[in-house]
Order: sequence, then C-alpha cells, then structure tokens
Amino acid sequence: MQRPELLDRSAVRSDLWPQRESLIRQRGLFDAEIGIRALLFACALVSVLTTAGIVSVLLFETFTFFEHVSIVEFFTSDKWTPLFEPKNFGILPLVVGTLLVAVCAMLVALPLGLGSAIYLSEYAPVRVREVAKPALEVLAGIPTVVYGYFAISFVTPTLQKIIPSTEVFNAASAAIVVGVMIIPMVSSLSEDAMAAVPTSLREGAYALGATKFEVSTRVVVPAALSGILASFVLAISRAIGETMAVSMAAGGTPKLTLNIFESIQTMTAYIVQVSLGDAPHGTIEFQTIFAVGMTLFVITFALNILSQYVMRRFREVYQ
Amino acid sequence: MEGQLFGGAGQVQARRRFNVIFAGVCLLATVFGILFLLVLLREVLAEGAGWLSLDFLTRFPSRFPAQAGIKSALFGTLWVIGLTALMAFPVGVGAAIFLEEYAPRHWITDLIQANISNLAGVPSIVYGLLGLALFVRTFGLGRSVIAGALTMALLILPIIIIASQEALRAVPTSIREAAYAVGASRWQVIGEHVLPYAMPGILTGAILAVSRAMGEASPMITIGALTFIAYTPQGPLDGFTVLPIQIFNWASRPQPAFQNLAAAGIIVLLVVLLAMNTAAILLRAYYRGKVKW
Repeated sequence: MQRPELLDRSAVRSDLWPQRESLIRQRGLFDAEIGIRALLFACALVSVLTTAGIVSVLLFETFTFFEHVSIVEFFTSDKWTPLFEPKNFGILPLVVGTLLVAVCAMLVALPLGLGSAIYLSEYAPVRVREVAKPALEVLAGIPTVVYGYFAISFVTPTLQKIIPSTEVFNAASAAIVVGVMIIPMVSSLSEDAMAAVPTSLREGAYALGATKFEVSTRVVVPAALSGILASFVLAISRAIGETMAVSMAAGGTPKLTLNIFESIQTMTAYIVQVSLGDAPHGTIEFQTIFAVGMTLFVITFALNILSQYVMRRFREVYQ
Repeated sequence: MEGQLFGGAGQVQARRRFNVIFAGVCLLATVFGILFLLVLLREVLAEGAGWLSLDFLTRFPSRFPAQAGIKSALFGTLWVIGLTALMAFPVGVGAAIFLEEYAPRHWITDLIQANISNLAGVPSIVYGLLGLALFVRTFGLGRSVIAGALTMALLILPIIIIASQEALRAVPTSIREAAYAVGASRWQVIGEHVLPYAMPGILTGAILAVSRAMGEASPMITIGALTFIAYTPQGPLDGFTVLPIQIFNWASRPQPAFQNLAAAGIIVLLVVLLAMNTAAILLRAYYRGKVKW
C-alpha cells in the first residue's frame, strides 16, 4: 500500500507554517516519529535476536559436547546411556522413540483430522458446524500436562485391559493423546484450505451428477491439497516437539524398538529427565541436552520449512 | 474420462449409499475428537472434584496428600504469567505495528517475517534450553521468576506478533487515508485510529497467547523451576513453581491420592484458562461496543 509521506522534511515549509511556535511543534513531532519508528523496529528485531540466540546457544553447547564425544558415535551408536557407566552417546534410540510416537500420533490425527475437516467443510449444517468447530479447537487449548495425566490415568489402563502385555509406560498411550492433541491442527488448517476452494468448482462437479463424496474426494481435497499436506507436515513437527505428554506417558527408557506397548524415551522426554535431575553446569550430562535439543531443533525446523515449501509448490490458484 | 467420471448410471444407488457411509465416517471422526474431550473432562472431574476446597488453594504442597495444596504454584503462575504478559505484549504489538505499518518492502522485512513464522514452530522445550543458557546462566538470573518470565515472553512473542498483524491487516485502508487526509502524522494515524480499531483482535490474540504460556510446563522445567516449594515468590528474583509443573509432579507419583491431587490441580488450571478465554470474548465485545466507525 502506498502511504503518503506527510512528514517528509521538505513538506514542513516555513511559509506554510507562519507561526514559529507551530513550526517548532511540527519539528518535535517529526523527531518523535523517528524515535517511534526506531522503537518499533527494535521490537521487530527481538524476534530475529531470539532465533540468533537459539541457534548460537545450541551450536555453542553442541560444539563443546562434540569435543568430548565423537560425532560418529553420536549418530551411529545404538545405545543412549549418558547418565550412567558405561556411557554411550548414540542418539538413535531417542530419535527412533520420538519418530515412533510421532508417526503413531499421525496415524490417529491424520484420518480423524482430515475426516473432521471434510465433514465440517462439506457436510455439516451451519448450526452443527458452529458448535463442533470451536469444540474441536478446545482440544488444542488444553495444556499438554493434562493430556499426560489423562494418558496415565485413563488411556494406559484402558490399553492394558485390551492388550494385557502393555507396560505402565508405553509409546502407544503417548501417541494416542498426542494424536488427539494435534487433530485441531490438521482439521482447522485443512478446513481453511478446503474453504478456499471456489464454490464454482463444486457446482461444476455437482452439475455433472457427482455425489457429495465424489465432490469432496475428487474435487475439493485435490484442489486443497497444498494446504492439507502442509497441515500434515506441521502436525508431525508439533508431535515431534511435544514434551509433557510423552514424558509422562511414554516413560524414560531409551530403547531401539518398534514395539509401541513398551516403554521408550523421546528426545524431549530426555531433556526433561536431565532437567529434573539437576545436572551441574559444564558436565557432559548437561551438554547432552543441548546436543539433543539441537537435533530436535534441526528436525522440526526442516519440517516447518518443508511445510512452507509444500504450501507454495503445490498451491492451486483459482480465479 | 467422458461419461465415466463418476461411474455409470446403473451405479447411482451404490454411489448414493457410499456417499451416506462416507458422511457417517467423517461425522464419526468429528465426534471422536469431541467425545475424547468429554471423557477427558469427566475423568478429571471425577478424580479431582472431591479434593477441591478453599484449603487446597491456600495450602502449600506437602508429602501428605490430605494436607497438600497449590498455593505456591498458583502464586508462581501469577508472577510468571503477569511478567510475561507485561514484557511480551508491548514488544509483540510493537513488532506487528512495525511490520504492518512501517516496514518498507525490503529483504530485511521478508527475513523478519519468515523468521517469525519459523519461531512459532520451534518446540517450546527449545525455548527452555535458550532460557537456561541465556537467562539462567549467562545473565546470572538463576532459576528465578524473571528468568521464567523472559523465557515465556520469547515463547509467546511470535504468537502475539502474528495475531496482532492479522488484526492490523483487517483495519480498512480508508480509515488510514481519512486520518492522513486531515493532516495526521503517521504515528497519530496508528495510535489514534488504527490501534483502537485493531485492539479487540490484538487483545484476543494476546490473551490466547498468554493462556498458552500458562499451560506450558516444559520450558519451565528446563530452566530449572523447582518442583516442590513451600513459599510464594516475593520478588522477581525468587524461585518459583507453576501450576503445570505442580500437576506434572503429582501425576508422576504412583500413589493414587497424588493422582487425585493432580486432577484437582488440573481443574484449577482449566478454570483459570476458561476465565481468561471468557475475558477475551468479553473484552472483544466491550471494544466492539465502544469503538464505532
């Protein structure tokens, strides 16, 4: 938008402001404008400094960590036991644990989120929509400790009734609550994308005799695919970064397993475990949480970039 | 494709039936989420409601479940969240104003914008690591209220900025043009016309961001907030605990009575969150009534 530059210095001409007092006031106003602009720019800069802070803190501590631990061991060893002897620093079990929970959570969130989005966008009567949409959004507003509590006190006992071999702490329970937690993310972002599909496309398909199912799955979903895929990627990223529910429900046993009914440990849960244990500053235990945090940051950052790329790359523009 | 796009005419019945089944499946998906929410609330109420009392709010945590309360966590949350809001709100709104009203079309502006949307996707525990290294260690603030509040402020800053930007973007250009036309300076236009118009949206976004901070436990655990304290913070440099940490602490204990305490703590937390969201809606309505254009 073009904005008029009313306070251009040349615009404040003395012949237009014959009274001296008024001119001075105008000059004061001009300086104040510059000051305000600088102040607001400083506010915007805080966000850049935050990123710089995160990256430099993680890099610094991670480099210190790699002075003591070989980077090859970190990425290839399949044991993670930094808190007791013999110490092993292979992040693989944590990464696998994290991905296990995230992928299973997506198995919950993807069909439920997309189903809800299709229902709310294509089928639901306005009145149902007005109630159901905010009700689903409440799921996103509930603190994650509450999901953690619910996983321990309700989901795990229920799972144990169905599959008796389920351990007290298990990946499945964590994955279910994390999956439900991210349903609103999938459903509202997907629904926004579907709402942006022009009605004329739907009407065209209806005119050819398509049913609502056919319109939804062959016209609306493909047209909104960029937004839907982006919501999936964002949801995975969110599931990977989820902390409290997985710390409480999935346990603290770094283990290279794909059995979702066993106790595992995620990257975030490890950071929580060490933080609660109060490792002294400068020790190798203290540095591990930054190395793990760096890994977590890189993975989620890559996914967020991917989601933005998907959004742009596959966007269909209708006019 | 012609003629066969959606199957032949003889399949009309089958296709209609399939459509009904599909509608049912999608409805079930929607209902599942809502049902899950209801079961969760029912479970929390059933476990915790009996443990709620005035004493629960005014007593400190204790090794004996029957004597335990959440006073320290409640005060800690008020301290941390209050300071968080005081710091994050002006900076976040300021950044949004700069980006929407001042920023020239420039690669630096694009960089700041891209950076903000990426920050919004950084896991909260990573902010905790930042707070631990920067505020707790480097600035020497220790495991204090102010270190927690600074960490939380950085965490919710992107949310406030994005919400405020959307609110500012929704202000009609005609309002700005009218103000400029009668000789207002840029800041006069923004401060006296654009901001009041955008305020309901900004406040709603800010309150939602603050309630997000209120439910966060992981960054506070990472910066080393204590899990068991029997005092209330008296100043910004005191140690603290917050409601979600207290709930986490109780829920992690095996004894059933502590599970009940956790549920009671959750009820308190949810009631506070509900109150804040109601406040957001009311504020919105109030501003809507007051500011007419």
